[in-house]
Parts: sequence; structure tokens; C-alpha cells
Amino acid sequence: MVDESLAPLAGVTPLVDVHAHFYHPASGRSDWERVNTARLRAGERIGIRVHIASILGSWGHTSPTYFPSPRDITAGNDAMLAIANANPDRIRCYASVNPNDSTHAREEIARCVERGAVGIKLAASRRADDELLDPIADEAARRGLPVLHHIWQHRTREWPGQEISDGADLGRLADRHPRTSFILAHLGGGGDWAHSCAAVADIENISIDLSGSGVDRGMLDLAYATVGASRMLWGCDITMETGLAKLRALEAVGLDDDEIAEVRWRNAARIFPHNALPGIPTSGVAARHTNTNMRVPG
Amino acid sequence: MIDVNCYIGAYPFRELPHPEPAVLVRVLEREGIERAWVGHLPTAFHRDVAAGNEALFAALEPHRAMLDPAPAIRPDWPHWERALASVHALGARAVRAYPAQWGMGPHDARLARLAGACGEIGLPLVLTTRFEDARQRSAIDVSPDLGGAHVRAVVRADPRVEVIVTAAGRALIEESHWGLTAEEQSRLTWDISWIWGPPEDDLAHLLRTVGADRFVFGSGWPLRLIQSPIANLELLPEDVRRLHLAEL
Repeated sequence: MVDESLAPLAGVTPLVDVHAHFYHPASGRSDWERVNTARLRAGERIGIRVHIASILGSWGHTSPTYFPSPRDITAGNDAMLAIANANPDRIRCYASVNPNDSTHAREEIARCVERGAVGIKLAASRRADDELLDPIADEAARRGLPVLHHIWQHRTREWPGQEISDGADLGRLADRHPRTSFILAHLGGGGDWAHSCAAVADIENISIDLSGSGVDRGMLDLAYATVGASRMLWGCDITMETGLAKLRALEAVGLDDDEIAEVRWRNAARIFPHNALPGIPTSGVAARHTNTNMRVPG
Repeated sequence: MIDVNCYIGAYPFRELPHPEPAVLVRVLEREGIERAWVGHLPTAFHRDVAAGNEALFAALEPHRAMLDPAPAIRPDWPHWERALASVHALGARAVRAYPAQWGMGPHDARLARLAGACGEIGLPLVLTTRFEDARQRSAIDVSPDLGGAHVRAVVRADPRVEVIVTAAGRALIEESHWGLTAEEQSRLTWDISWIWGPPEDDLAHLLRTVGADRFVFGSGWPLRLIQSPIANLELLPEDVRRLHLAEL
């Protein structure tokens, strides 16, 4: 007899959260450990097989979250790698970098990948279409790593504390780097998601992650209509109840079981390096995988 | 379970999929929710609410077994007292007011009079913190989010008024709740539609500190996914998962 109270709320089909965050002692908040523990607790309850996570420097404690110093970048990545190494069965990490220091960014990617990072995290230190991002995108393509890029859905003005990018900015970068897989971060994370869907609809090497606190009706419908299930990735970011809600809503939006599996895990299995995600089967998704770990558009 | 925060009708700033009462009934049945208090979304942006209230009652009439009207009353409109009496007689379950959208400050005497009138006839007064995240609003949607000063003033306006605030986050809830006497707190209830769950666990924190009896279920449908507050309850930590929200 199965105890339903222990069954994952989202079922037992593999589920990958491509947009998670953790904290560390230098984050400037005394409850950092509680929040990390709460993420893992909720992840177990939902049925998340893998959290792919990043730490953005000191989270503003000793340098700004979106303009982290090299020292804070390294410390944050070290903390993130330690968390991943302590949870090898359920956590993987991005190498977070600030492109304003190109040398440090590339060194950090190499160092973190050597220690297990499976992707690159870019936040809001430099506009997405700036040429300073080109060497990072090249490095991502060479290593077969996806780039998760923080996005404000439709940048209508500058916002303090970040040099924010939107879908159109990311689209220009992606157009210059067709062999690199980009993830447009948190469609529900603030701003006009309809603009983002339109901006990246025709750019095959951009996938959309559905994370963020926003649960607007119509958002998933539009993402499905514009980029399709094969370019939608599931994630939570900093609110996990909204992640579970959006996962459940996919069926009501009209995705069939096969398409929901794409969103839950198969798309992630395709764009992250081969066998990089613990417990995630690669059978059936390897057809689009190349020897160089580069995603083939389409 | 009752959803106190639903609407029908169009939203001026973006397309909403199927904001119709028949669809709402299907959604409630699918999610196992017994009833909903339903407002008329376009009316929040109207100067004269009469036509919107008429449309609300007419649209809900075939669905009254599950959908209770929550019409809007503007206390700056001539003969609003008659309008309030009328919707009360027609079976309104609550009254909605939108002071931010109507340009009424926290200490607007007309708002206080509406609170008193609602208290006198025993209809809860529902205030809305926001319809959309501030970061995505249209350039002509300049109404601010409802503030704590509004909430505290309305609750204090009359010792009989019961106030429900929808779509608030932890900060607004805490500054309002802890800025009131115990008696005033007992007349103020919050829906859970916009309170963060894990890993921050704002909802769990508020249930522990403010108390589960000060919260009710609400979703913000058709603006927001009804699955979100349901998921939030399911993801509560063990020590608060079995607490019961207030029943209205």
C-alpha cells in the first residue's frame, strides 16, 4: 500500500528545476541555512529530481548582487560547489560570472566546470547584447554548457541595482552565437512576459524557463503557442509554490503527457552536458546530442 | 473551501483566457473548491459602478449555487448608500472597494463611511492590494499598491466592519496586523494568493505569528493561476500544514 502523504506532489516522472538558488554564510542573512533546508524539503515534497542552482556572489552583502566583485563571485561559486558536492544525488550548479572582468569570468568557468559546474549563470552586470559577453558565449559553446541569463521581461527603462536585459537583448546575443544554448530566465519573474515570448519566438537556441513568482493566467498559454513545449524548461527560482502551480497548469493549457515530460526534464537533458544530471535518463533524448555537447537548433 | 478572490470579466491591460463564470465553475470543481466570491473585474476601473454590478449579478445568476456576487460600491458616487442597500437585497456576499484605483487616500472620510455602512449591514468589505505585479504594469496603470495606512484606517473606521484584504504580501500583512489592537486584528482577514511559500516560507511564518484564523483562501482568478495558493498550502512545513484557515 502506497502512503499517498509521502508521494511527490508532482508525481514520480523526472523533474528538473533549472533555476534554483542557495545561500551561504557570507550572504548577509542569518537564516541562510534555514532557507537552503526549506528548498530541499519543498523539493522532496514536490518531487524535484535535480536542482540546478547558482549563488550570486554575496547576495549584496559585500558587493551588489548584480554587480558582484571577483572575490565575491569566487566565494559564491565555491559555496555553491560545496553544496552541490554535499548533495551529489540532487544538486548541480552553474558557474556564476561577471562579464566585466573577462579574464576572471573565463578562469572561473574553467575552474568551476573542472569541479562539476554544468552551466553558466549571467545576471545583470552587463547588457546581454554587449560584446563583452561574446567570449563567455563562445566558451559556453566550446564546452557545451547552457547559459542561464537573468532577464527582466520587457525593459522599458533602467532599474537601479542592475544593468538589466530583456528578451530582445538576449536575442541579439543568441543570434551571434547560434551554437550556444541560452535559457531566458524566469518568465514569471517580473515584467511583461508577452514581450519576451514575442522577442525570442524565432530564436531556436533560446529556451524559456518558467520560474518566478508570477502565476499570471495566459503566460503559459502564450509561451506554449510561441516557442512550443520543446523550448520550455521548468523551474522555481525563489518561490517554489508557483513552480508547482505552473507545472500543474501545463495540462490545463493543453500540453499532452509527452510535451509535459519535455518541459519537466527532457529539454534540460538535451541542453545540459551529457549525463550531467543525476538520475535523469538520457535514453530517448540523446538524438539531438552531438559529440561536442553543442545543441543543434531545431 | 471558499475562494474569496475571484473575478469575471476583462482586464484593461492584457488579454485573460476565458474570464467567464461557467469556466470559473469548472475550475472550482476541478480543484475541489466549494464556492467563490466573485467580483466584476472591469468595474474596478469604472467611475460609475452601476452597470458593472448589474452585469455581475446577471452573469452569476445561473451559477449562484457556487458563485457569490461581490459587487463594487464607490462611496464617492451619488446615492451610493442606495446602491449598497440594493446589492445587499440582491444577495451580495461581500462588497469590494478599490481606493487606490479611485484616488482615495487612507483617511478619506468617504471610505470610512463605506466601512461603517458595510459594518452596519454585516457585509465584509474586500480591499485589493494589486491586480498585477508592479513590474509589468502598463504605463497608464499608475495606481499604487494598497498600503498599510489604508488597511489600518479602514479597520479602525468602524468597530463593526469586517475587512478582507486580497493579494497582500508578508510586509503589508505584518505592518497592518501589528499596527492594530487585538480587537481590530480580529476584524481583519487576508487571502493567501500573494504570500510566498518555500523556501522563504512567508506563509508558514505568518500562520505561526499572526495566526491561521486571520487567513482565508483566495486566488485572484482569472488574473492568476488558482493552482498557486493550493500548492502553497500543500507545501507548508509539517508543523503548520494541518492548521485550518478561517471559515467565512
